Amino acid sequence: MDLTVVWAFIIAFAVFAYVVMDGFDLGIGILFPTFQPGRERDRAMNSIAPVWDGNETWLVLGGGGLFAAFPLAYAVILPATYPLIIAMLLGLVFRGVAFEYRWRDPGHQNFWDKAFSGGSLIAALAQGMTLGALLQGIEVEGRAYAGSWWDWLTPYTLLTGLGTVAGYALLGSTWLIWKLDGDEQSHARKLAIRWGAATIILMGAVSVYNVLLNADYAARWLSAPEIYWVAPVPILTAIVAWSMLRAILKDRNSKPFWLGIALFFLGMSGLGVTIWPYAVPESVTIWEAAAPYRSQAFMLVGVALTLPLIIAYTAWAYWVFRGKVGHEGYH
Amino acid sequence: MLENLDALLLARIQFAFTVSFHFFFPAFSIGLASYLAVLEGLWLKTGKSVYLDLFKYWLKIFAIAFAMGVVSGIVMSYQFGTNWSVFSDKAGPVIGPLMAYEVLTAFFLEAGFLGVMLFGMNKVGKKLHFAATLMVALGTFVSAFWILSVNSWMQTPTGFEIAANGQFLPGPSWWDIVFNPSFPYRLAHTVMAAYLTTAFVVGAVGAWHLLKDRANPHARKMFSMAMWMAAIVTPAQIFAGDMHGLNTLEHQPAKVMAMEGHYQSHPEGAPLILFGIPDSEAKTVRYAIEIPKFSSLILKHDLNAPLAGLDTIPDNLEPPVPVVFWSFRIMVGIGFAMLGIGVWSLWGRVRGTLYDLPWLHRAAVLMGPSGFAAVLAGWITTEVGRQPFVIYGLLRTADAASPLDAPAVAASLLAFILVYFTVFGIGVWYILKLMGKSPHAGEYGVKRGDVGPIRTAGITPGPTQNTGGEETLPTHARDEKEPV
Repeated sequence: MDLTVVWAFIIAFAVFAYVVMDGFDLGIGILFPTFQPGRERDRAMNSIAPVWDGNETWLVLGGGGLFAAFPLAYAVILPATYPLIIAMLLGLVFRGVAFEYRWRDPGHQNFWDKAFSGGSLIAALAQGMTLGALLQGIEVEGRAYAGSWWDWLTPYTLLTGLGTVAGYALLGSTWLIWKLDGDEQSHARKLAIRWGAATIILMGAVSVYNVLLNADYAARWLSAPEIYWVAPVPILTAIVAWSMLRAILKDRNSKPFWLGIALFFLGMSGLGVTIWPYAVPESVTIWEAAAPYRSQAFMLVGVALTLPLIIAYTAWAYWVFRGKVGHEGYH
Repeated sequence: MLENLDALLLARIQFAFTVSFHFFFPAFSIGLASYLAVLEGLWLKTGKSVYLDLFKYWLKIFAIAFAMGVVSGIVMSYQFGTNWSVFSDKAGPVIGPLMAYEVLTAFFLEAGFLGVMLFGMNKVGKKLHFAATLMVALGTFVSAFWILSVNSWMQTPTGFEIAANGQFLPGPSWWDIVFNPSFPYRLAHTVMAAYLTTAFVVGAVGAWHLLKDRANPHARKMFSMAMWMAAIVTPAQIFAGDMHGLNTLEHQPAKVMAMEGHYQSHPEGAPLILFGIPDSEAKTVRYAIEIPKFSSLILKHDLNAPLAGLDTIPDNLEPPVPVVFWSFRIMVGIGFAMLGIGVWSLWGRVRGTLYDLPWLHRAAVLMGPSGFAAVLAGWITTEVGRQPFVIYGLLRTADAASPLDAPAVAASLLAFILVYFTVFGIGVWYILKLMGKSPHAGEYGVKRGDVGPIRTAGITPGPTQNTGGEETLPTHARDEKEPV
């Protein structure tokens, strides 16, 4: 079996796990200013306080895994998106410490609430723009990035950045529908409708832009016989999007969240179709970027042994804190 | 050319700055996680509430330190790619998998169980909670294992092959890579350093509160525990440091020459230079205070053993001597000061006056931050001593950097400096505020407002619900009068 392909799927899984799990954390951060200071914000933050750290670890697995399995891709993409990565990291610094600091200093809680939402917004935007910068192509010479340090800033990357912000806000609001009740849940429901619609529109816009951006991308989606293989992705996306909006409106608890994740899964699958088999689109394939067999095999042993355990104890941690936040008898 | 040089220098400053800041937090949280596990274990075993109170007291501090460690650590995991892309491309196949193992076996373990450790005691029960605490402590140790293996491989690379495209590739045995020659010594020395760092912080907090009230049972307990660590671990640490030094002499002799300030070779026994001002231009240590032949005794266990000096190393392969020379002396000096505290505490303990020695308590307060200074100085010694190489003897630092423009690196460096000093400065201040509060009976744990993952009981609790007894768990803080 080709370990390079296996590793491409492992990295994709780590990125997907990060995007949905820290996605709802960051989404709650983005939406934080719309919640009233005090009880509303406390409940929103407490719904993720026990799990955000584990969620964020998937980002380290995505980055560390890329470094280990596809070192050339790591060495090209990060310098190419340098300001975005630095902005994301600093955003995550503010977001992360705010979880602790806002309780430590009631006099400055408002400041740390702003740091929480500002950090989340910047991190989400930077992540989305990094995706856009990757999709629009990166200039490579030899084994290094060869473009300038502003190449990542284009209308297209702004669009992917906004799409990610909207998507995270959707995940965050659907998570809150699940974890809250009463007025706060109604508020989350209103947010979910708004950001759900925005996500769907922006996903559509990015898809259209992708096809216009690059003839190769268009060929993958629109020419026969590929179209028969890939057509289910947009069709399923439309079905899931419709069901999700209905579930949000119909007073469902956890269903909107799971459908939101399904929407992200389909979006990621679409991205996979678009860029396969490149690690850096149009420049470096996954086989060119791959670490040697010995590195891949050694790590695969580790993944096979630990990933099931990680998923098991992560699931347990979620189970421990299941139910609505801050009410009697919710377990 | 000049522009590239500037970008390189800025990238080096940025890495040194972010890694130094980051190192403080794990240096503290590795030891503190273990201390918390010990406290909770003793509470479960003995049922004495003082252990539970101390557990809750330090848990609040741990939560802040851990958060700072996490966010500054994520920066590190990306900085290899952002600023050292050539290094990443070349060394990725060898060190990448070790870092991936760190994520899989350590980071997930810590992060996955942290939520239960901080908030879950009254949800999962005592035993499961203790298991979660143990997992977090284990995770911090496993993390140190892998990252120190990576660092050691960069110091003493073994078990690799070099490909036609210049990449370092793993050889047939991963064992040779993971357990490279300097790794066991570096692991022992660094982990003990982390334990001592925590012990001296705990000791300083205990001493601070003893100075205010020498009868405070909680302060007594933590001070006593910390002083046991100081008395037992410091000698072991000095021994491990000596072994590590001998290992370095074998594998990285130029680093030891810089540590010792030996510009010249000494065929008939080298002096131990205690102090002096290294002058790399003139290749001499000015105003040196030295003990003849003593360096040969320490390094070769023979007064007359010849020791080579930096005159045997080409100038362009020489590490910056003054930095290494001084940082080494700071580390060693602090080590012996720690030993002094340990011995002093033993003397007090034997005489039964451990809690009645205000000068010991004052000295312990003063030594509170000493572990951090020693860790940083030791880190500078080993990292600067490796220069001009990033992978010792094989890849120069100057050839490892990303193709970035100087303004980009300058801007990010400025941003890191501003954000780190502000954010982590504030975090340290919050920690100091918590430490300034006296540990007391019925200590509450990590509090998160009136709602949250932490509360299971009614919405409007009565003041009688909290008995403050041992069955009360860290998060039963609902009628806590004291502000958080």
